[in-house]
Amino acid sequence: MKGITRRKFILAGMWGATAVIMNGKAAHGKADFEGYPEGMGVLVDLTRCVGCRTCEAACNNEQNLPVPDRPFYDQSVFDEVHHDGKQKRRTDENAYTVVNRYDAEGSEEAVYRKIQCNHCNEPACLTSCFVSAYTKTKEGAVIYNPKACVGCRNCMIACPFRIPAYTYSKALNPVIKKCIFCYDTRLVNGQPPACIEACPMEVLTFGHRDDLIKIAHERIRMHPDVYIDHLYGEREVGGTAWMYLSGVPFEQVGIDTTLQKDPILSNASEFLSNVPVVLAVWPALFMGFHLLATGDNRESGEENHEPERKEE
Amino acid sequence: MPCSRSTIFITIIFAIMSLMTILPERATGERGRIPTEIEIGSLAGLFGEVYFDHEMHLDLADTCSECHHHTLGSYVIDEDCARCHRESEPTEEVSCGGCHTADPFSAEYLKTKMEDPNLYHNDKPGLKAAYHLNCVACHREMGAPTGCQDCHERTAAGDSYYRADAMASGVGGTGKEH
Ligand code: SF4
Repeated sequence: MKGITRRKFILAGMWGATAVIMNGKAAHGKADFEGYPEGMGVLVDLTRCVGCRTCEAACNNEQNLPVPDRPFYDQSVFDEVHHDGKQKRRTDENAYTVVNRYDAEGSEEAVYRKIQCNHCNEPACLTSCFVSAYTKTKEGAVIYNPKACVGCRNCMIACPFRIPAYTYSKALNPVIKKCIFCYDTRLVNGQPPACIEACPMEVLTFGHRDDLIKIAHERIRMHPDVYIDHLYGEREVGGTAWMYLSGVPFEQVGIDTTLQKDPILSNASEFLSNVPVVLAVWPALFMGFHLLATGDNRESGEENHEPERKEE
Repeated sequence: MPCSRSTIFITIIFAIMSLMTILPERATGERGRIPTEIEIGSLAGLFGEVYFDHEMHLDLADTCSECHHHTLGSYVIDEDCARCHRESEPTEEVSCGGCHTADPFSAEYLKTKMEDPNLYHNDKPGLKAAYHLNCVACHREMGAPTGCQDCHERTAAGDSYYRADAMASGVGGTGKEH
């Protein structure tokens, strides 16, 4: 690190980013990849959810997240709206999953939907990340290395479900935060994520993704009066590990039904390669901020190995 | 295997009696051979035990199969179940936990469940969901209470799990002004 100035390093970062993305384009153009055969998944049955928020509490406990503003049994959070009443609650650095309530037409009861990372087969966050902070594990989880993250926020823009959140509250060394399928504490040991074990209604069914697809279609076949004939996530954006069954049209519970069936990356890489400014400058800019921030860190005596590691 | 009715009957009584001691469902009274009150302890920890008034529900339900499906040999109402179980004899297992496992997502259970190509009931809810799906659906229909605390009293452990201390912190408010 000694022989390289900060300016040179940022420049190197720019060219690195360009190279990574161009390579990415060549390596990830396949649209027929359907995930690992051993990949686990979750079938989310929206007809069962009662909005008890136990899943949120379970996540908070499992991931050692901070104490929330209101207890998890408080259902007044469902009245929360942002941006002129259009925006329901979203996941953030302190909550990797949130439940929202929807008043769907034709449904007597309110419909609730839990939001979290859908753990795509071909994650746009992964392909958009120029420092390769993300990994899709063979168990199906999309995890990330917070030490590699430079806070460029490409993944936030790339994610079709707007899941990765940014630690705005941490001015120094900011990183992306999101649901990791309880990968390190549970999934690797063959256990279901904490939210799934906690849910009283088995809204969330855990199993091999392949099996869940069969189970889901069987539910639709057995109860055509209950379900919309579609398994959301089976094909959307190349398939997701978390898939949804609903009794009301998916748009009515805030699910984007306009998403393409192909993985996002093929489009994204084309788009990105047409706009080299976004490609190169954006990450480099944030990496610069990151360096400045961590530089301050070091000056204040905090240990930081980031720059050394990046140089490899 | 020919099997007399009395043998089956005795087996059932035996099964019920032994299950009562090992499963979290525990009968605390009886009307004839039917438990009048059942203690359900599967959620005990975050919540206290649930005292289920079996006798009262017995009087409300049209038939035992509304909750016990085909296991009591009573008239099966669900048409899908009836395809196979219209004439089903009573089974050894009649308690919820006898068929609905408390650990539906364990690696072993998933393996046995999906590897058996002849297993028809491969989408059977676990014990906790079996209770809630059945209870909540019927309570909604009957206009009975459906709030968590209506049946479950949260314990101190539950309070900390659900972050009851959030209130005390004084951060946030009604959330409407966000
Ligand atoms: S998903 Fe399950 S735990 Fe979460 S709010 Fe719905 S019913 Fe409750």
